[in-house]
Amino acid sequence: MSNSSAMRREWSVRSDISKIEPLVAEVVNLCLSAGMSSRACRLNISVALTEALSNAIICGNHSDAAKIVMASMSLDATSLTLEVTDEGQGFDASEITCSPDDADWLEREDGRGLFLMRSLMDKVEIQKPSQQHGGLTVRMVLHRS
Amino acid sequence: MPFTIETAGDVLVVAVVGQLVVGNRQEFKQTVLDEVEKGAKRILVDFAETGYVDSSGLGALVSLSKRLREAGGSLRLAALNEDLRTLFELTRLDTLFKLYATRADALLDF
Repeated sequence: MSNSSAMRREWSVRSDISKIEPLVAEVVNLCLSAGMSSRACRLNISVALTEALSNAIICGNHSDAAKIVMASMSLDATSLTLEVTDEGQGFDASEITCSPDDADWLEREDGRGLFLMRSLMDKVEIQKPSQQHGGLTVRMVLHRS
Repeated sequence: MPFTIETAGDVLVVAVVGQLVVGNRQEFKQTVLDEVEKGAKRILVDFAETGYVDSSGLGALVSLSKRLREAGGSLRLAALNEDLRTLFELTRLDTLFKLYATRADALLDF
């Protein structure tokens, strides 16, 4: 596939953390085949997508196997967009401000996921559930360099 | 099993094969904690065969490091590839752990 080819894929997975690695591997393979850099695939995409999926499954859907997580990737000549949607009630992302400047950052076991997504992707948007749109959607954009 | 355990002198070496992520963090953590319960105090995690680590994997390492420090021991890390080093630098966890280029380097200094 050439760098200029546009591509879109969608997935629907049960809320089971064992589903994360195979899905991330599939997205990474598609991005590598499309000419994205190995580093972007191995680091930025792998980690950010793992974080988004695990948040959706564990925090959004509370690991309820009856609930579904929707994921999609859109890739064109300029950027990759990843979207992950759960069936949860959502949260106010502006209230999550964990950063390495926090006093307990180095001792904390959890709370680095959103920081990593924001650090590894060029843009991260969080869309809260609405009447038109159930569940929380995380949209992440990585520009192709 | 995504982890292998060996001993080198009195250092326990745990090698992570594949990813250290939300799907296996608990197994990894429990594997190491079991060794700590048996008396291991100096533990080296070898990332030579590791792909990527997510925030859950980082959290497991932080938790184990704290547990070992409380027990008078230490957890050190070796053979992180460039991507993993970037991850530790981004999260500033490179200031919490002693990082070594290779397993051999770490064992010499442990």
